[in-house]
Amino acid sequence: MATAVSFQKISRYFGPVRAVDDVTLDIAEGEFFAMLGPSGSGKTTCLRLIAGFEQPTSGHMEIFGVTSEGVPPYQRNVNTVFQDYALFPHMTVLDNVAYGLMVKGIDKPTRHRKALEALTLVALGSFGSRRPSQLSGGQRQRVALARALVNEPKVLLLDEPLGALDLKLREQMQVELKALQRNLGITFVFVTHDQGEALSMADRVAIFNDGRIVQVGSPEDIYERPNTKFVADFVGSSNVLSPAFSKAAGGPEKWASLRPEKIGILPARAKPSPGQQGASAKIIAAHYQGSVTRFNTRTANGEVINVTVPSSLGKFAEGDEIMLHWPKEALHIMAGEA
Amino acid sequence: MRSEGSPLLLKIAALACVAFLHVPLLLIFLYAFTTEEKSFQFPPPGYTTKWFGVVWERQDIWDAIGLSVKVAGIATVLALILGTCAAAAISRAKFFGRDHISLLFILPIALPGIVTGIALRSTFGIMDIPFSTWTIVLGHTTFCMVVVYNNVLARFRRTSGSMIEASMDLGADGFQTFRYVVLPQIASALLAGGMLAFALSFDEVIVTTFTAGQQSTLPIWMLNELIRPRQRPITNVVAIFVIAVTFIPILAAYYLTREGEHTAGAGK
Repeated sequence: MATAVSFQKISRYFGPVRAVDDVTLDIAEGEFFAMLGPSGSGKTTCLRLIAGFEQPTSGHMEIFGVTSEGVPPYQRNVNTVFQDYALFPHMTVLDNVAYGLMVKGIDKPTRHRKALEALTLVALGSFGSRRPSQLSGGQRQRVALARALVNEPKVLLLDEPLGALDLKLREQMQVELKALQRNLGITFVFVTHDQGEALSMADRVAIFNDGRIVQVGSPEDIYERPNTKFVADFVGSSNVLSPAFSKAAGGPEKWASLRPEKIGILPARAKPSPGQQGASAKIIAAHYQGSVTRFNTRTANGEVINVTVPSSLGKFAEGDEIMLHWPKEALHIMAGEA
Repeated sequence: MRSEGSPLLLKIAALACVAFLHVPLLLIFLYAFTTEEKSFQFPPPGYTTKWFGVVWERQDIWDAIGLSVKVAGIATVLALILGTCAAAAISRAKFFGRDHISLLFILPIALPGIVTGIALRSTFGIMDIPFSTWTIVLGHTTFCMVVVYNNVLARFRRTSGSMIEASMDLGADGFQTFRYVVLPQIASALLAGGMLAFALSFDEVIVTTFTAGQQSTLPIWMLNELIRPRQRPITNVVAIFVIAVTFIPILAAYYLTREGEHTAGAGK
């Protein structure tokens, strides 16, 4: 498959701040690619570099094999769905969607027909004559999507596209975006700080920290096999265990991650079954969260381990001495240092 | 309405304020119709509309009106262009000393007219620029620009910056973006700013005194006329004209920006 976007040692500095620092990355055609990281990690700047709103300080960038340095945003076959949607308040929804075609000089009947098709695609076919101010947040989001898609971009960029929506709408839009991307086959690059969103929608995820990519891989890779402490911490609040702990569990002296949901709880003097590892601990706090209960526990040598178990099994309380146990392979030794 | 709840004293105070502000204006209207031409006595000895006819016949009044309209028109156009550019630069770009420059833009309206006037006069003197219509226009543009700048800046602050990026992203170049996205956003602010600027320029006296050569704008003509003892009601007739010309645009500007606020708020 062709490479849609290629970063080759791209850096972008704002004065002394290295917003993007020596990033090398290939995004394949037709891929749903997520850039995940905390705020200020450089993910949005990467998106703006693809869109053309920023130019790299150094490095080389290609979009479908064409060098993109110095190419202004309006000459790139790339469209963006903005975080605040950036709809034009003085135009109707239909004219908003038709805008890209209008500035290209396409005649009114044609552009209105295509805009209507795009609106129908996002289930807003009958909203063309309204103003953006008369739409709900979710509807505006779809208009922004239709306005970008009507230009038939080769790459669609989405900047925190679901950030402003409430939880239920967000889950619904995740499903719809994913389906849309599958049907259209367009490369989607989307930026988010919500790990759940990234893992559920993307084919591949890049984790950003301090302007660098720390890990790229499938959601499963990232979640199950984080390569650094940072990734383990950021993606799904994993337990990060000290090199000493790994060594005691029979592994190399390296940082390790252990998912809260992989751990089970046994009474204090119970023995873990074969193939399982165990550690004695004490429950510091218990948080009932509906279907699951989350326990904060501490081992004898001070390691804090969070455990999530189905609430139906949660017969333990704060202060209880317990035995933690997990399958041997669940303890993931991380290659990276930090 | 809660008016029945307000104390009597407050009502009297409010009425007194309104009277204080507007009775002098009523007197101007009244004395435009008096038959006594040398001094203003109350009540007027008789009423006539002949002064309107006299004004109509006087070429010097028409010249003054013509000059005032010309100066206000050109100053407004210049102020619109310069004020919009300044507001765009201040709101979009981040650079060292931006806040100080913003203050410098607003200063001419806070500065006493006499200071602006003297400063401009000595500058023109040093640079050997002869006084003409254009020196008046320059003087007026200094403070007209401020009203446009303030109006447009306020609008820019309310509009999302990503809209311009969205336009570029959708394939519009700089000119198209300005034409289809920026201009419609700031149109009512420009109209309001322009009308205020026109009204400000139209009745300006102090700066004009320092920057005019032999010509007189309408306010200057009125000032000169008041010193003469004859045909005083003519000044009142002209004053009514000035009130109409300045008041209507200010009222319109008020309503335009008020409605602009509504649409901008709803668009977010």
